[in-house]
Amino acid sequence: MKDTIAEKVLLLIALSAILSLLLITFFIFQQGVPLLFKIGFGNFFSTHWSPTKDHFGILSMIIGSLMVTVGALIVGIPFGLACAIFLAEFSSPVVQKTLKPIIELLAGIPSVVYGFIGIVILVPFIRQTFGGPGFSVLAASIILGIMILPTIVSISYDSFVAVPNTYREGSFAVGATKWQTVVMLLLPAARSGIVAGIILGMGRAIGETMAVIMIAGNALKIPGSIFDSVRTLTSTIALELGYAAGDHRAALFACGAVLFIIIIALNIVAIRITGRE
Amino acid sequence: MEEHPEIVVNVQGGGSTAGIQATLNRTCDIGASSRNLKVSERGLRVILIAVDGIAVIVHRENPVDDLSIDEVRAIFSSTITNWRELGGADTKIIPVTREEGSGTRGSFEEMIMGDVVISDACLVQDSNGAVREIIATTPQGIGYISVGLVDEREKALAIDGVKPTIINLMTQKYRFSRPFLLLLCEEPRDEMKTFVDYVLSKKGQDILKSGGLIPATEIQDD
Repeated sequence: MKDTIAEKVLLLIALSAILSLLLITFFIFQQGVPLLFKIGFGNFFSTHWSPTKDHFGILSMIIGSLMVTVGALIVGIPFGLACAIFLAEFSSPVVQKTLKPIIELLAGIPSVVYGFIGIVILVPFIRQTFGGPGFSVLAASIILGIMILPTIVSISYDSFVAVPNTYREGSFAVGATKWQTVVMLLLPAARSGIVAGIILGMGRAIGETMAVIMIAGNALKIPGSIFDSVRTLTSTIALELGYAAGDHRAALFACGAVLFIIIIALNIVAIRITGRE
Repeated sequence: MEEHPEIVVNVQGGGSTAGIQATLNRTCDIGASSRNLKVSERGLRVILIAVDGIAVIVHRENPVDDLSIDEVRAIFSSTITNWRELGGADTKIIPVTREEGSGTRGSFEEMIMGDVVISDACLVQDSNGAVREIIATTPQGIGYISVGLVDEREKALAIDGVKPTIINLMTQKYRFSRPFLLLLCEEPRDEMKTFVDYVLSKKGQDILKSGGLIPATEIQDD
């Protein structure tokens, strides 16, 4: 009797989490989608964003979001993978026990602090070294790259550790060096975990808002180089929601819907890849 | 509210559009706006409490002191892109604007830009403080903020030879100013009247003045 009660209560709580997800989804689409039909897809996917004058083109923001996300991956993947390989294969247990929690601590730093460090250190450095405003794709990519490190490192690390030791022993037995073992055996064996980590990192990068608003400059023009300013979908929502009314507000929800679709797609891909093991 | 302990005022932010909408919807008793009402928003009682100038600011080490209104338009529409063309250093101009929907941006567009569209190449920030911070730290920057918020880290430019000083604002010599309004659905009464009267009293107006605004009672009509 007690068991069934506990089961029902737990089920109810579990369902409430799913219910809130459904409600959020419903709300975003219900608020945003009608505008799409009102203004047409041509207007919505153009590059001219001027919502108070009935131009709702979000293409430059989609491009902006993709640019900083790709930039973050270019910064985050090499460092994250190197870190995970070192921790899993080359370091002593003591080093592992010290370094891993420290890297995971990076995930606990609030994004506004990342943004602040970006403004104070990175932006002036880029402005003085490369010219331009300093508020740029490059600055956002570097900061986001650091922000996604913990995700990439811990998931890749776990998948390296999950590779059975017999693999390594077999590799050493046929005369491979440690480095050869890592590149030719462990990387392919841990591939699905690494890719999942990267995709989850991507999700974090594309969804990050505060740090990006602070250091990307938020110009609407599609950047011509990595030293130009850039506007992402999330920044637009956060920057403009405070003052938005009517169609402008609906357009911001439509941005949210686009973002939602992108992130859901990324997560489905991540689940597919990890599930294939 | 030490003088009127019986009155509780709940304050909510969100910008001029939010203030106007909330008054129209009767979600609040008194709304506030830093821009004039649009045609679609008419029908409210409007009380002018103060006037705020909009200053065009640059980095304090920028040699440029004075721009014509056409030059300001050309900068923000990316027609002029180098300080050299305006007598400054040979560096690119980095204009900083406010986000769509902002009251400050609305006033800037209405009073200075006119029909000229602000370029997509401008950086966008979502507060006076954020714009000021960028200008204070970026030698090539130019932006616009409330006159009352300009501090010693930036330089307010004269436009067409007129500097945005308090005197020039009071005498309306400096033309680029916007109204600060209180909005009501109906004739103020009871607590609402007490609040409005307080804001318009000498004491209330002095508070606005100490915040860098020009009190409504001190504006001199020509």
